[in-house]
Amino acid sequence: MSAVTAAQAAYIVAALLFVLSLAGLSKHETSRNGVAYGIAGMAIALVATVGLASRTISAMGVALLAVALIVGGGVGIWRARVVEMTGMPELIAVMHSFVGLAAVLVGWNGYVEHNDMTGALLRIHHGEVFIGVFIGAVTFTGSIVAYLKLSARIKSAPLMLPGRNLLNLGALVAFAVLTVVFVVRPNVWLLAAVTVLALALGWHLVASIGGGDMPVVVSMLNSYSGWAAAASGFLLNNNLLIVTGALVGSSGAYLSYIMCQAMNRSFLSVIAGGFGVEAATGGDEDLGEHRETNAEEVAELLRNASSVVITPGYGMAVAQAQYPIAELTRILRAHGVEVRFGIHPVAGRLPGHMNVLLAEAHVPYDIVLEMDEINDDLADTSVVLVIGANDTVNPAAADPGSPIAGMPVLRVWEAANVVVFKRSMATGYAGVQNPLFFRENTQMLFGDAKQRVDDILRALAPSVGSQREPADAVPAGVR
Amino acid sequence: MGQRLGVVSEADAGETRVAATPATVRQLVNLGYEVMVEAGAGARASFPDDAYAEAGAKIGSHDDCWQSDIVVKVNAPSPTEIAELRDGATLIGLLSPALRPELVDALAARPVTALAMDAVPRISRAQSMDVLSSMANIAGYRAVVEAAHAFGRFFAGQVTAAGKVPPAKVLVAGAGVAGLAAIGAAKSLGAIVRSTDPRPEVAEQVRSLGGEFLAVTVEQEVSSDGYAKATSADYDRRAAEIYAEQAADVDIVITTALIPGRPAPRLLTEEHVASMKPGSVVVDMAAAQGGNVAGTKAGEVVVTENGVTIIGYTDLPGRLPAQASQLYGTNLVNLLKLVTPGKDGQFTLDFDDVVQRNMTVVRNGEKLWPPPPVQVSAAPTAAPVAQVAAPVKKPVSTGRVYTLVGAAAAALFLITAFAPNQLIGNFTVFSLAVVIGYYVVGKVHHALHTPLMSVTNAISGIIVVGALLQIGQGDAVVTGLSFVAVLLASVNILGGFAVTRRMLSMFSKG
Repeated sequence: MSAVTAAQAAYIVAALLFVLSLAGLSKHETSRNGVAYGIAGMAIALVATVGLASRTISAMGVALLAVALIVGGGVGIWRARVVEMTGMPELIAVMHSFVGLAAVLVGWNGYVEHNDMTGALLRIHHGEVFIGVFIGAVTFTGSIVAYLKLSARIKSAPLMLPGRNLLNLGALVAFAVLTVVFVVRPNVWLLAAVTVLALALGWHLVASIGGGDMPVVVSMLNSYSGWAAAASGFLLNNNLLIVTGALVGSSGAYLSYIMCQAMNRSFLSVIAGGFGVEAATGGDEDLGEHRETNAEEVAELLRNASSVVITPGYGMAVAQAQYPIAELTRILRAHGVEVRFGIHPVAGRLPGHMNVLLAEAHVPYDIVLEMDEINDDLADTSVVLVIGANDTVNPAAADPGSPIAGMPVLRVWEAANVVVFKRSMATGYAGVQNPLFFRENTQMLFGDAKQRVDDILRALAPSVGSQREPADAVPAGVR
Repeated sequence: MGQRLGVVSEADAGETRVAATPATVRQLVNLGYEVMVEAGAGARASFPDDAYAEAGAKIGSHDDCWQSDIVVKVNAPSPTEIAELRDGATLIGLLSPALRPELVDALAARPVTALAMDAVPRISRAQSMDVLSSMANIAGYRAVVEAAHAFGRFFAGQVTAAGKVPPAKVLVAGAGVAGLAAIGAAKSLGAIVRSTDPRPEVAEQVRSLGGEFLAVTVEQEVSSDGYAKATSADYDRRAAEIYAEQAADVDIVITTALIPGRPAPRLLTEEHVASMKPGSVVVDMAAAQGGNVAGTKAGEVVVTENGVTIIGYTDLPGRLPAQASQLYGTNLVNLLKLVTPGKDGQFTLDFDDVVQRNMTVVRNGEKLWPPPPVQVSAAPTAAPVAQVAAPVKKPVSTGRVYTLVGAAAAALFLITAFAPNQLIGNFTVFSLAVVIGYYVVGKVHHALHTPLMSVTNAISGIIVVGALLQIGQGDAVVTGLSFVAVLLASVNILGGFAVTRRMLSMFSKG
């Protein structure tokens, strides 16, 4: 057993542990084991790699390595501890950008240092460098833009450059041409050119996608970061990197696919962007009057309900309303009202975003159902509370002329009563007016979702909040 | 004093129902109306005049009742009856305005208002007035009772001292309101119930009533490229196969397939009926529209040469007169609640309400049929026993799938075949890992998508391995770049795992 074979063996073990890790995450019961497997795999891989590197590393290198690991790890753990659950999408986006940048750096290093390869091997090596740098750079800027959009530092509306599809296509063609040239005649300037090209492409790709498609974008970037790692694996002839990169890459791609299906749109049309534009049709159509209600009436409605379904959307995350909603759930359940949650696959800005927020507020996960599980029960539901969701509950999806036609939605309008919590009558991300608001069985409750839910809790308090004053969850006078 | 509301007898000899029962009369009185019931109106539904009187109605003569402000009945009026209405009166009943334009014209010739109970728009708010649904429900139940009556054996399987009795097998074609009612009734008698319907989404409803759903599986792969094929022909062929298999197997067939405004689709052919066992029973609930079954005669019972009884009754709801009257009467009360907002016995039509507008066929001699289309259709409930003709999705041809898979395989083959050895190993590992990743992630619970992403994020920090191998190996530039890469990747690794653990610790079971 040499150091090299020992490292290879460790890599195989680590790769299998990563597979187990992903498999473990498929169920709540095994999810914690899944993380443990992942950590174990990572530890084994790191120890093996350090062991391999230690044979030739300089003292300076050891010091730098230690500093980088400690500082980086420290920053990572610190961010992980303090991040708000509503800020999860931003954190994940920024982390993707790190992987992308690291891939670019590894690629550049690979160019500078190619040991003593010659002939075909060297040419392949150069091709791999080029591809690795390209994917890494696209991931890097793409994630940065996603981060900026998610944290509202730049406008989330899609950037609409003229001929944007041609620009993207042109960039890909240019990349292909440059790759060929670089393989034949390696040159540091070409590498710099492709880096810049990929950085620009990544920026443009994500900038031209509207905020409503962010769940797809984030999981797509996840996928890219995996492919970037896999490309580095080819470059370094390292199977662990290839396996891990491919796992992450295909898992991200699959998640994106699920998200696209949930919106009934083709993957390409999301990637090409430009969906979030105000739709020409359906904007000015007169849909009739909407009816407004107040917290007391909603409380009355809930008190007499036998079953309640809550369908949250991004608005819940924005208003941080998950805590009062969890409190409301607890009170209603304590009084024999069946409360469940219906989560649309693309609710929020991240796959599974709503589930994490509700879990944070201690809503039991077994009453949080996905769209397909709850849709057929909605017709027998007394009250549906739509909290900060819009396009995901839009009956216009059944209308072939609508821009969101065919998108599977939560059929909340089948319930006896629907209460929509909303700031104003503005349209959702898709820019489509929502006929739900004008239905006979729909009532609108305007204002900040968190404050309105607090109001309902207060209105419920005299009759059902016997165990505890729900009002003390909120400072007096918030109303 | 409120307006007078007359409940009149049905002139049609075969009609057993009545538009109000003592229970609904009480509600009508509470709405402020002065209710007058024609003597003997409820007799055929077993509601004696005394019971109406006790509920607060006056008992009146035929002429008095027809001279009321509002006249309610079940069936459409005859020309003589229309002439009996006084000027300004309102008539409410089942008018089928879409099928009987001459009736609408006759009504419009008089200065009267007419509301059709069978023109309730199919929106959820109006469901409480939807006579078609309530009658379909009764008809579905009665169809099973008729079948049981004609069937010479038990429905439920039993093991008795006199031997074992197998349960009857019932096939219900069409799982609309009537079909579902039939499934529920047959199941509660103990039969094995199967059902077909072209709408796959009703499978769950069928199962919820204890039935088995026989899906007509036509190739229905998801497609976005417009490869339209004659799916309808495919569908019909497969459906016919199912009916052929089932006809030979089951004891009872109840068909409920109707397409609004069209003749009923033919589901069972003569060969199907001929293949049925002697003693089997077919109830064709679409008999009035031509029948789903070859050999049905509307309103009659036919016994075929091979001993199969085909029941073509068209008055199934009327065979449960008390129940049908009660449900019809309740639908009527719900309508009157809507048009009597003051509960003062004053009938007030509000044409801003789409339900009222839709039902009003004639107003003061002005013909208002057909109504403008209902703006936002709820579309969740199809017509009670409607058959939807073709599946919506267009299938991708399997040929295309094979071509794609073949092309991908060929591309991979070419790339690998011309690659040096080292790359072949890498490709093998890569392709297998992609497949594993796909399958492993495919099973992930939707609620765990975010933790999944943060874990994959953490493990994609594995790129640190690349940087680790490059750091401090001589070249200063390389070491510098690697330092940054290690730094970034370790943020990912530790941060990703930490945040995942934090998230997972929040998920708790209730």
